[in-house]
Amino acid sequence: MKARVHITLKTGVLDPQGKAIGKALGTLGFEGVGEVRQGKLIEIELAETDPARAEASVRDMCEKLLANTVIEKYDVELVG
Amino acid sequence: MKAVVVVFPGTNRERDVAAAIVRAGGKAEFVWHDETALPRADLIVLPGGFAHGDYLRCGAMAARSAVIPEVIRRAGAGVPVLGICNGFQVLTETGLLPGALLRNAGLKFICRDVHLRVETVRSGFTQAYAQGQVLRVPVAHHDGNYFADADTIARLKDEDRVAFRYCDADGAITAAANPNGSLENIAGILNERRNVLGMMPHPENLTDPAQGGTDGLGLFRSLVETVA
Repeated sequence: MKARVHITLKTGVLDPQGKAIGKALGTLGFEGVGEVRQGKLIEIELAETDPARAEASVRDMCEKLLANTVIEKYDVELVG
Repeated sequence: MKAVVVVFPGTNRERDVAAAIVRAGGKAEFVWHDETALPRADLIVLPGGFAHGDYLRCGAMAARSAVIPEVIRRAGAGVPVLGICNGFQVLTETGLLPGALLRNAGLKFICRDVHLRVETVRSGFTQAYAQGQVLRVPVAHHDGNYFADADTIARLKDEDRVAFRYCDADGAITAAANPNGSLENIAGILNERRNVLGMMPHPENLTDPAQGGTDGLGLFRSLVETVA
């Protein structure tokens, strides 16, 4: 089983990289682009086959290392 | 005063800080990050650099090193812990200090001298300075933009735990004097017990006239005076 962890800055935390990307999209002529937020995607292969246990384990990884919950939020998605 | 300087793969200011401690009259010993025990220490320093290449987040890997539980235990026992630059990032990642260091608001790596105002002399790190004294010290970082939620910022201010703020040459706290977007121009903070200090600027790099100034020496003198 594989887990995908999406990590993004919490709402209200300044994301200067996202802002720079949004500005560049405007420069390229893309219209109607609102706020852009940049994050991270981490893929983890797991030996665990039970989805509930796999998700619990990955959430624990997020709390202990993958995300800094002072500034970031995370979503766990199980694939395959 | 004997300091233990913790070295991680990618740390690069350990010798600078050790030299500053020696100049102030102390002694310094290096300890590798995978040790689980520390020698006797009057001060523990987490120096600047790019521990573990700043992978994942600055300080994230270093904060999970084998040595860190012992650093946390000693801090809890009252031993002063100083985190400079990357060391400040490590301290926030361990939870010894609140908040986090975000990417600089201007997105650029900043390497230049800045001015700092000493916001509190009520600590073993700052007692040799005068309240409100303006220092000139270098910064060298990409992720020094201090962030914490509004409650935490209010608490830091109420409890007199902001140690240094970015200011102009006259000591005025202005937006123009803020190099990286830090909330309230915060450059350094103390923990509740006032024995843990994290700061982004590098006081160790202005401790000898040959470096162009000695404004940073007061911090190390403070430690030698209070700890010895």
